[in-house]
Amino acid sequence: MALLQISEPGQAPDPHQRRVAVGIDLGTTHSLVAAVRHGVAECLPDEQGRVLLPSAVRYLGGGRRQVGFEAMAAMADDAENTVVSAKRFMGRRLADIGGRDRLPYRFVDQPGMVALATRDGDKSPVEVSAEILARLRQRAEDSFDADLFGAVITVPAYFDDAQRQATKDAAQLAGLNVLRLISEPTAAAVAYGLDNASEGLYAVYDLGGGTFDISLLRLTLGVFEVVASGGDAALGGDDIDHVLADWALAQAGAAADTPHAKRAALVAARVTKEALSSADTADWLTEIAGRQLRIAVSRAQLDALARPLVDRTLAAVRKVLRDARVSRDEVRGVVMVGGSTRMPLVRNLVGELFGREVLTNVDPDEVVAIGAAIQANALAGNARDGELLLLDVIALSLGLETMGGLVERVIERNTTIPVAKAQEFTTFKDGQTAMAIHVVQGERDLVSECRSLARFELRGIPPMVAGAARIRVTFQVDADGLLSVSAREQISGVEAAVTVKPSYGLADEQIAQMLKDGFTHADEDMAARSLREARVEAERMVLATRAAMAVDGELLTTEERAAIETLAVATERIAAEADAHAIEAAVAALAEGTEAFAAARMNQGIRQALAGRRVEEI
Amino acid sequence: MRLDDDDFTLFGLPERHALDRADLDARWRQLQAEVHPDRFAGEGAAAQRIAMQWAVRVNEAYQRLKDPLRRAAYLCERRGAPIQAHDNTAMPKSFLMQQMQWREALEEAAGSAAVERLEAEVVAAERRMLGDVARLLDEQDDAAAAAAEVRALMFVNRFRQDIERRLDALDPALPG
Repeated sequence: MALLQISEPGQAPDPHQRRVAVGIDLGTTHSLVAAVRHGVAECLPDEQGRVLLPSAVRYLGGGRRQVGFEAMAAMADDAENTVVSAKRFMGRRLADIGGRDRLPYRFVDQPGMVALATRDGDKSPVEVSAEILARLRQRAEDSFDADLFGAVITVPAYFDDAQRQATKDAAQLAGLNVLRLISEPTAAAVAYGLDNASEGLYAVYDLGGGTFDISLLRLTLGVFEVVASGGDAALGGDDIDHVLADWALAQAGAAADTPHAKRAALVAARVTKEALSSADTADWLTEIAGRQLRIAVSRAQLDALARPLVDRTLAAVRKVLRDARVSRDEVRGVVMVGGSTRMPLVRNLVGELFGREVLTNVDPDEVVAIGAAIQANALAGNARDGELLLLDVIALSLGLETMGGLVERVIERNTTIPVAKAQEFTTFKDGQTAMAIHVVQGERDLVSECRSLARFELRGIPPMVAGAARIRVTFQVDADGLLSVSAREQISGVEAAVTVKPSYGLADEQIAQMLKDGFTHADEDMAARSLREARVEAERMVLATRAAMAVDGELLTTEERAAIETLAVATERIAAEADAHAIEAAVAALAEGTEAFAAARMNQGIRQALAGRRVEEI
Repeated sequence: MRLDDDDFTLFGLPERHALDRADLDARWRQLQAEVHPDRFAGEGAAAQRIAMQWAVRVNEAYQRLKDPLRRAAYLCERRGAPIQAHDNTAMPKSFLMQQMQWREALEEAAGSAAVERLEAEVVAAERRMLGDVARLLDEQDDAAAAAAEVRALMFVNRFRQDIERRLDALDPALPG
């Protein structure tokens, strides 16, 4: 402890002042950023006081672009160059995108992920999302007049590995340090759980613009556990807009043939739908090819059009209940998330299915961002009690292709993450020296019906008779739900590994290149930024190390403590200078020097966690 | 405490089949609260890696302990009677007859009510057999007999998955 007092306390950074961590809801139709300020989680408004940022990016040419409301305003006039709902294309190939004939974009089919042709060239959904994230980052940095410590970003629980990876890539591209990806329904429960201090089993029904999620969560003593999740990654309020627009066009005897007309019909449908949440009738009003169109729509008519879509969500709810072996009366509350849950039809049908009134007292548009902000605050070490812990599951099973195009599941869905699992395979031909490993995700038994995540080859297996080689394939899913796979032949020791990134997301080099091109920081000196980032990281490490020594210092000998303190002091000294590389090296040295200490602390923590119980038991 | 300690030692539980699920869950949460990478979000790569290893290990043990069948298989293996489901498929004739009967019943079941009735019957049989396994392991210390029963239960378990798949197929509005 004495060592702590030697460092100048007056100069020690105040962690609570510096660690600005935000929660970001990167939504299909709109996005929000929230943070805990003065102990309260709230969404951060833009200069005009608006918290919602439309998830729209318009490419103007010459590298210029508009983001948010400006882009939205131009949506109907410049549909091809204005990307909305980019989230639907994240980590997807062209063939995955349903109903694309109704969308006004020029899709570019390319391996890995689809891109959109704009007047500024081909844009990947990751780049479009990064524009939105960068705008929110700016908003937060302006609000606090400080760099961000990090962000928690939400994704639908149903997002597969490729989609999560794409989201993380977008954040990196936007210059955000991702503290954690969490699922949207979990974030919503965090917002409700802490506000209402309720324990038990909860359902989160999240019908957003483009995705539907249903999750069952168990809340106990500050632990949020996702018991099961399901849904549909391509079903949302936008689909209701589409059916309403199609119906209204048919009623008017009109056709929407141009991108502009399609967009105008959809915008009118959305306005009509929103009006019908409180009114009994509303007009669908638009102008197509110089012709004024007006169709009166009753709420009953909208309900009839939307009913098949809402029924699909209810079937997914029943399936999740079955998967979790839970009956609907065990569910103690139903949290409603997403703007589409403002529709009375949705509230009534969901309430009917669960036999109870649904929860709507937190704004359904803001609830996810608010929950993410609470989690970000806890991860940054700002929460007083620090007892919030999220335990998540993978939403889709992971497996490998075996003989005959069949899937061998390695990790079943709804397994709590992080998780690692190994399975042994063997060769099927005499003298076989290579093995193709095809990683897939999904619930079907046929490879062709699952999502292909990655392919790689294990080469250099010594020739043996069929069935003699022992190839151990290990799947590891980290706490963000991201997968890496490795294979090792046990007898010879040959190895191969893949993080499921290259075939789907952007490769690291691509991101580095984009950052270098000044994609998100056109107006900023990259060297200055990397220096600042290195300093923030150094401060973070030194703070964490000192805090750990203050709590668990007795695990170290005097010499060990002095050695760590020397490294910490050196890191601080180097951080004051202007060499980003040297700072990174010092941080790495500090990390290495504290590894044994970290292991010892972990060990002690585990022993203490069960100490009381162990005694009772024996 | 070490990463390669057995599951029971890791969770501080006596090595037997009988187990209080609520107590297991509470222990799991306590352990995760200590080791989860989120607890070390600001502490750099080394701490993250160690936390990840431990969190994975705790989850692995939890998955095995919380499932009565996997827990039984694990105990059999630790007591020298590994399950070896692939090499050892010999089943008593009466059990095979029962299986055939169930499969026929599933094929003939017309609506979800009939399938649910069959499911209830299979679940009851499964529970009875699990009771036998627990007795063989905890009271009679007969791992070999328990292993035979575990193999039979694996068949029953697979059949239950078929029933569930059928129930999914009978739900008309299910997406995908």
